[in-house]
Amino acid sequence: MRILVTVKHVPDLQSQRSFTGGRVTRTADDGTMNELDEHAVEAALQLVEAAGEGEVYALTVGGADAVVAVRKALQLGVQHAIHVSDDAIADSDVFGTAKVMAAAVRKVQDEAPLDLVITGMAALDGLTSMLPTALAAELDWSQATLASAVSVAGGEVTVERHLADAHETVVAPLPAVVSVTDEANKPRYPNFKLIMAARKAPVALWSLADLGVDPASVGREGARTVVVDASPAPPRENRVTVTDTGDGGTQLADFLIEKGLA
Amino acid sequence: MTTVAVLIDHRDGEVTRPALEALTLARSLGTPVAVWLGSVPSADAVALVGDYGATEVRVVDAEMRLAGHAAAALGAALEDADVVVVISTFVTKEIVTRLAMATGAGVVVDAAGAEIVDGRVETVQTVFAATWNVRTRIHTERAIVGIRPNTTQAVPADTPGDAVIVPVTVDRPATRERVVAVEPVERGAGVPLAEAPVVVSGGRGTGGDYALVTELAELLGGAVGASRDATDEGWISHEHMVGQTGTTVTPALYVAAGISGAVHHRGGMQASGTIVCINLDPDAPIFEISDFGVVGSLFDVIPQAIARIREHRAG
Ligand SMILES: Cc1cc2nc3c(=O)[nH]c(=O)nc-3n(C[C@H](O)[C@H](O)[C@H](O)COP(=O)(O)OP(=O)(O)OC[C@H]3O[C@@H](n4cnc5c(N)ncnc54)[C@H](O)[C@@H]3O)c2cc1C
Ligand SMILES: Cc1cc2nc3c(=O)[nH]c(=O)nc-3n(C[C@H](O)[C@H](O)[C@H](O)COP(=O)(O)OP(=O)(O)OC[C@H]3O[C@@H](n4cnc5c(N)ncnc54)[C@H](O)[C@@H]3O)c2cc1C
Repeated sequence: MRILVTVKHVPDLQSQRSFTGGRVTRTADDGTMNELDEHAVEAALQLVEAAGEGEVYALTVGGADAVVAVRKALQLGVQHAIHVSDDAIADSDVFGTAKVMAAAVRKVQDEAPLDLVITGMAALDGLTSMLPTALAAELDWSQATLASAVSVAGGEVTVERHLADAHETVVAPLPAVVSVTDEANKPRYPNFKLIMAARKAPVALWSLADLGVDPASVGREGARTVVVDASPAPPRENRVTVTDTGDGGTQLADFLIEKGLA
Repeated sequence: MTTVAVLIDHRDGEVTRPALEALTLARSLGTPVAVWLGSVPSADAVALVGDYGATEVRVVDAEMRLAGHAAAALGAALEDADVVVVISTFVTKEIVTRLAMATGAGVVVDAAGAEIVDGRVETVQTVFAATWNVRTRIHTERAIVGIRPNTTQAVPADTPGDAVIVPVTVDRPATRERVVAVEPVERGAGVPLAEAPVVVSGGRGTGGDYALVTELAELLGGAVGASRDATDEGWISHEHMVGQTGTTVTPALYVAAGISGAVHHRGGMQASGTIVCINLDPDAPIFEISDFGVVGSLFDVIPQAIARIREHRAG
């Protein structure tokens, strides 16, 4: 079983997240591997463990700091790390990112075919949840998204999906792109031995030229959408906090009534 | 003239309120054409989308379950559209991604609004748990916009559209995936969480007792939400979970009872109109984003608030 997991470098949720001129501010200090991608890594490790053989690649696409994301994946136990970085990738939209990732997947496949690509359900900055579908379409693989349970047997992957209106079971032939939710598993903690090993583990650094991707087709130049303005939301004004000394409920109700909300 | 195709969200054959919001937004962008995936809509449903301005109702007998199928159906129905508007959900995000891969259109999802500026669509979005506002320009000739429920006020058109039914046929594309089991989620009375104009959520502070939260939600005509801790405890089903990995809600009123306001929770509700909280701990982060907060026990505050609202309504 050969699996590639995608791990995104995102600003830490607990940090002051911001934009600098239409672009997300990303630094190594308060940037981390997207929390939801820990579930993708865990799913991949468990599938390989269940199969009794195989290896896991972690792939990140991003600036120099993004290497943090694949180092974290190495700490969790993946065998190989790939960092695709190129100035021309900056400001890619979902489709540009998917094109770059698909090229990286194909390059890994030059060594030996992959069975699965596993992604998180969403990147906690962009939050579009579109990338897994775009990547499946770009690779022309089958897709099984938002999995809360994943298993592989007989050349097919089976996933459970909890959607708002129904619980579905979807079966897709391999190779497939699967995205997993945070319900899928409980990510392991890195152990000391792996943390030490991850520091020294090699990370393959690939550029667009290495992947044979035309720089004009990705990044800002290739993007179908561009952020033209980003500004901090004004804080809520006239916030009121009262302490309940016997009439807190009445005060709350009066606030709602006055606002026309009750 | 700009043709704006609107994928009509419907449930049990009825047009949902977000669909009417999408039609209202579509009218501000151009001429709305409704696209209906599924079996032929009822006369009432057709009349309703007409009231909101749809000149045509293009009906494609197709299923939404597989993104590939739905995207092919949608694509066949809107070949002439300049702009496509859908309600942003996990399911529609996949459909529009497939459609965009096939057509070259640019996509923004989770938008709070859209307008045409110098011949191109620009959207507004709130990001980073509603702490930043972003404006995005879609460069491509064709634009796809996924909008969040409750971000446009649904208003009928001054002059109704003709709502002419146009059947569209499409060859079902071969998809490799198979949906082998579908188990519908039992839906409680009232509006689904994502669409509700009012959401009353209970967290760990409820101790698992949702009676008061439910009573307040019903009184205010809203839906019941929950934090992840509450759904993890099994106190209430997963479908009620509000937050970054649950449902994102933007109701006119959000009430958080016994919820601390962790960043993952805030990400799914911080763009709500008015936010109210009830919490024993004055240092809980939820107070920082609440328009009105009560430091107190929900078991004291909610019953009193319910009584006061009933008294007020009784006049
Ligand atoms: C605030 C914001 C809004 C945006 N809005 C849009 C938009 O409306 N339309 C648009 O086309 N683009 C948009 N983008 C750009 C888009 O986010 C990036 O192209 C991104 O790499 C892919 O989308 P996502 O972050 O939403 O990922 P999602 O689709 O939410 O991510 C799903 C999974 O894909 C994987 N993944 C995603 N990106 C990477 C990566 N760079 N490296 C490794 N793994 C990855 C992760 O496993 C992740 O869990 C936006 C970006 C930001 C920061
Ligand atoms: C990857 C990831 C994704 C996540 N996604 C989500 C998500 O989508 N949605 C989500 O909600 N969480 C999510 N979480 C969990 C989140 O981080 C918090 O743990 C969770 O939101 C806390 O739930 P809570 O506020 O109910 O509980 P707590 O944080 O324990 O807060 C309970 C609050 O109730 C108050 N309280 C106690 N008794 C009373 C009383 N009688 N009256 C009034 N107040 C009382 C307490 O003072 C406290 O502030 C996610 C976590 C991770 C790691």
